[in-house]
Amino acid sequence: MTAASVTEPGGGSILEPAPEASARQGPVKRLWEQVKAAQGFSKWLLWIGAAITVVFVVLAVFAPLIAPFGFDQYTSGGVRFPKQAHPSASHWFGTNVRSVDVLSVVIYGSRTAIEVVVLAVLFSLLVGVPLGLISGYYGGWLDRILVLVMDALFAFPYLLLAIVIAFLLQNSVGSGVLTAAIAITVIYVPQYFRVVRGSVLSAREEPYVEAARALGARPRTIMGRYLFFNVIQSVPVIATLNAADAILTLAGLGFLGFGIQPTQAAEWGYELQRGVADMGAGIWWTSIFPGGAIVLLVTGLTLVGEGLNDVLNPVLRKRSGRAVVLPKRARRDDDERRETPNAEETA
Amino acid sequence: MAKSSGSLRQYALTRLALVIPMVLILLTLVFILMRVAPGDPIQAALGAKLSPAQLAEKRHAAGFDKPMLVQYVEYLRQVVTFNFGRAITDNQPITTILRVNGAATLELTVSALIVALAIGVPIGLRAGRLRDGAFDGFGRLFGIVTYAAPVFFVGLLFQLVFSKWLDWLPNSGQLNPIDQAELPTHTNLTVIDAIWDHNGAAFTDSLKHLAMPAITLGLLLSGVVIRLIRTNIIQTLKGDYVEAARARGVPERKVVMRHAFRNALVPVVTVMGLQVALLLSGAVLTEETFNWPGIGNRLVSYLSNRDYVAVQGIITVFALAVVVISLLIDFVNAAIDPRVRY
Repeated sequence: MTAASVTEPGGGSILEPAPEASARQGPVKRLWEQVKAAQGFSKWLLWIGAAITVVFVVLAVFAPLIAPFGFDQYTSGGVRFPKQAHPSASHWFGTNVRSVDVLSVVIYGSRTAIEVVVLAVLFSLLVGVPLGLISGYYGGWLDRILVLVMDALFAFPYLLLAIVIAFLLQNSVGSGVLTAAIAITVIYVPQYFRVVRGSVLSAREEPYVEAARALGARPRTIMGRYLFFNVIQSVPVIATLNAADAILTLAGLGFLGFGIQPTQAAEWGYELQRGVADMGAGIWWTSIFPGGAIVLLVTGLTLVGEGLNDVLNPVLRKRSGRAVVLPKRARRDDDERRETPNAEETA
Repeated sequence: MAKSSGSLRQYALTRLALVIPMVLILLTLVFILMRVAPGDPIQAALGAKLSPAQLAEKRHAAGFDKPMLVQYVEYLRQVVTFNFGRAITDNQPITTILRVNGAATLELTVSALIVALAIGVPIGLRAGRLRDGAFDGFGRLFGIVTYAAPVFFVGLLFQLVFSKWLDWLPNSGQLNPIDQAELPTHTNLTVIDAIWDHNGAAFTDSLKHLAMPAITLGLLLSGVVIRLIRTNIIQTLKGDYVEAARARGVPERKVVMRHAFRNALVPVVTVMGLQVALLLSGAVLTEETFNWPGIGNRLVSYLSNRDYVAVQGIITVFALAVVVISLLIDFVNAAIDPRVRY
């Protein structure tokens, strides 16, 4: 862990004095290059995970076109669907206790899940990253208080926090996608805060930051231009893993009855809550399909996150312990390839 | 030697002093959270049932008409004396709820931890030793899937298979009603009470009830254990002392178990301490799935009934539990690993 935090800012520091436009393009391009260069197990993790995730994103975006019925539709042509009907040709995944088609609920559920997760990850980035930057850069009493508050939030059982927030927001905001997203945001802010603050602490003593300060750059410029790109390197991994976790939290909220209500949108966790009674009666299809969807999507996102971590984290990057010569040379090549274009840019 | 024990004491004192602001911040957070809700607790819980005059009287009796600052100080006093009053909806003393239902949660979480270690340690060890082999791949996948499957979904699957289809295990509760009525409550931990009472039937019954919830929650944690043990074994196996042990001809098994595994345990203790949040969150969901009479189960029902007093008491105790456990973990760590004491 320590090795990672030492090597990362050091490796990236050469990049930063580059003009803003190329700096903005740089990290994405570099990320892509590293992803392409992935090998072996990491490669499989990444691509399988990405494939699963893409399938769900497609389901989410085109839900109205793909789903046979609406997410709360229980009649068709004036005829009410059968209640808790076994999977059949007309309802592939059967129907649930509300006579709603389970397949449609599962497909619309991916839309809800992805909406909530995108919002939650975005919100927590927008709050956590700036707070981490400011706290790490300025230090002092503000830093101390923020660290204490964030540590307290981090230590707290996250689901309870989300439940209480969702419960409180139900009265003012309602019980839709936004409430769920905000409740989940609160859980993940501390993680971004910690990671970014930690990187800032080690990066702010670097010569290039000192140089910028000596040139009279304002704190905003230093944070926005010099520190920001340097400290967000670990964010893609955390964001992907958090997205996976957020799906579980959303489902947990729904399962406990503090999530999105079925009149608002289809939500997998809520379906599972209703499925508890069904399971006792041997009606498995109302829970297995939504539950399976959760497992698949979370697995997909986790695989992407793990794969990215393998690829981006130099400590974990695959190296054989016994054969000494080959991997070392490969790594040196890799470093050179990364450094040369930057050297040109700075010159 | 004398110096090192002195610094351990010093470490413990510093660590204890750091707990105070942490607890204060947590308590303040809980207080603010519970008071930003529109309306006051009495109105929320009983608004529909009582007349305005009765409500005002109740409000006055509970002290909700006092200024916020007074209420805050009152709340801190409650925490210090560990007396959280009575729940608004069913008038039960919060402390009783914490003792009785807390015991059920403790039983569940401790047995889940045991399950997690029993599954996680062997798999993690083997996966780390045979890094990048087929078993390692299996271990990683196992870890990812147990993490990706929500506890309540796993619980539902278990219920379907072991209670509906195979009819081996009861699908919910902590004891069957007959044993429940007969068993005296010494500790409120049913398994212990059954042993205490030499009640064989109640003992097997309580174990049967405990099996599915404990395994469900244990599986969730086992993924974390596997990953931890694996990474740390990989790290320690790279150490010079391991190389040295191998060079001296120490058998590989002994190298792994005595040299690598022991040193890998230190970070494991730390990170497992951080998993308290995961454990308690998972416990709430598991309790709900299996209708386990734990504290999370009660919390959810009090939340649904908008009983702020009970919710505040339970949340406060959860917060305190987290602080105490992380404190204990740090002490254990400092005792095992001198580097922690700085």
